[in-house]
Amino acid sequence: MADVRYTNEHEWIRVEGDVGTVGISDYAQEQLGDVVFVDVPQAGRKVAKGESVAVVESVKAASDIYAPVSGEVTESNAALADSPGDVNAEPMGKGWFFKLRLSDKSELDGLMDDKAYAAFVKGLS
Amino acid sequence: MRPNLSGLRTEGVANGAVLASANATLTETVLSDPADGPLKRTPLYELHRELGARIVPFAGYEMPVQYPTGILAEHAHTRTAAGLFDVSHMGRVRLTARPGHDAARALETLVPGDIAGLQAGQQRYTQFTDAEGNILDDLMVTSTGDHLFVVCNASCKDADLAHMQKHLGDEVEVEANFARGLLALQGPKAVDALARLAPAAAGLVFMTGTFVTIDGAQCYVTRSGYTGGDGFEISTPGDRTDAIARKLLAQPEVKPIGLGARDSLRLEAGLCLYGHDIDTTTTPVEAGLLWSIGKDRRAGGARAGGFPGAAIVLKQIADGPPRKRVGLLPEGKAIAREGAEIAIDGKVVGKVTSGGFSPTLGRAVAMGYVARAHAVNGTKVGLLVRGKPVPAEIVPMPFVKHAYYRG
Repeated sequence: MADVRYTNEHEWIRVEGDVGTVGISDYAQEQLGDVVFVDVPQAGRKVAKGESVAVVESVKAASDIYAPVSGEVTESNAALADSPGDVNAEPMGKGWFFKLRLSDKSELDGLMDDKAYAAFVKGLS
Repeated sequence: MRPNLSGLRTEGVANGAVLASANATLTETVLSDPADGPLKRTPLYELHRELGARIVPFAGYEMPVQYPTGILAEHAHTRTAAGLFDVSHMGRVRLTARPGHDAARALETLVPGDIAGLQAGQQRYTQFTDAEGNILDDLMVTSTGDHLFVVCNASCKDADLAHMQKHLGDEVEVEANFARGLLALQGPKAVDALARLAPAAAGLVFMTGTFVTIDGAQCYVTRSGYTGGDGFEISTPGDRTDAIARKLLAQPEVKPIGLGARDSLRLEAGLCLYGHDIDTTTTPVEAGLLWSIGKDRRAGGARAGGFPGAAIVLKQIADGPPRKRVGLLPEGKAIAREGAEIAIDGKVVGKVTSGGFSPTLGRAVAMGYVARAHAVNGTKVGLLVRGKPVPAEIVPMPFVKHAYYRG
């Protein structure tokens, strides 16, 4: 089972080898409400940790998605164009946003694991 | 990401203030200014909690933005069956003529609408204007026969009350009824649900009202609303609002609907949101609300002008306004929200004042203002969304056809 890490802005990244898959947490999708559009980055784009790389639009508002770590986008989830609701239904499965080849795996150390993120979210309510 | 907890835009605060920030963080539910004091609750607060609503600060009240099924489902239910909205936060004011005076004639000194022409049981939409002819608030006025019943926006209600007391107080008794309940029951099956409890409601046509008894309480029902569809607004005694709402929710057609769907419903119906699509910088003519100014109030009419800013408004009716509100249909799926610039050939010609996702159409829609010369259906424009131009076209509104019941 690959290790999942979380940012305090509610992105998750699941790293397998040197490629990480990025999406938003169940807590985040629940806060957003019905997702109706996701603007994902194109493959080949180089991104820095913390850079705004995607946008998720719910019925209510637009929210920026930030790169959890630095790297190069290798693939985006094209299926979200036709089924943005996957972000609500399976935020950590079919609702992933993009994949990233990590340029510095040590950046993962600054992110939260499952347990830390659960505690972080609990503190927000 | 930093999810915007509410994402809602309140009505009633001119120029938007900080209310629409799409980047608001979880801790910045900026829909009400804390300086306004503690949040108030409507008579339905406990019911909202029971129903699992997500509650947000809105126009000084703790209001339900959505229930557990979510905004898309609530929107669809209202368009196909019946949705019950709590709009008790809105302002309700009763205007009763003092002896020897006429409340309708008095109110016409503040609004361009034909109020004196209202028969008992008729309702009209109009606006309070300022000396420049700009809009201080929009409101619904109903004649009950012995008084006028005014419904205005929540965030403007205190200012509206003071405005009416100052200008009409000598001729009219101006009485706030803010503690009463106000329910909006909207949708094609609203009539079936309400008629079981108040049969007389089924006899109403769009923009008329009558007194009815529901669950033993005297209520005033109008066939109106703000979703573009058929429906009713039901003014209830404050202490009976909860019981009446539960009776309505017990009808098979009816589900509770929050403010999120109220906003998407009114947007696809092409209706203005005060503080965004209309405010103290827009006249009724610019806003495309000419239909709400009766012939008797226009140049050559029996009671022409006489409201604040009339000279400017009447001149705009004659010559055309400098800019106009238009419908915008973006290509693709990106959503152009409030504040997005409207450009033609790279030159900015206006701004989006409301934009969002239309659940009925399954695509983005928007409205905004452009110079009159550009306000032509079919004109191709670009909407600047996060710095990128999204191709769009100026189109007629409403985006979703109105379905008012006219008998």
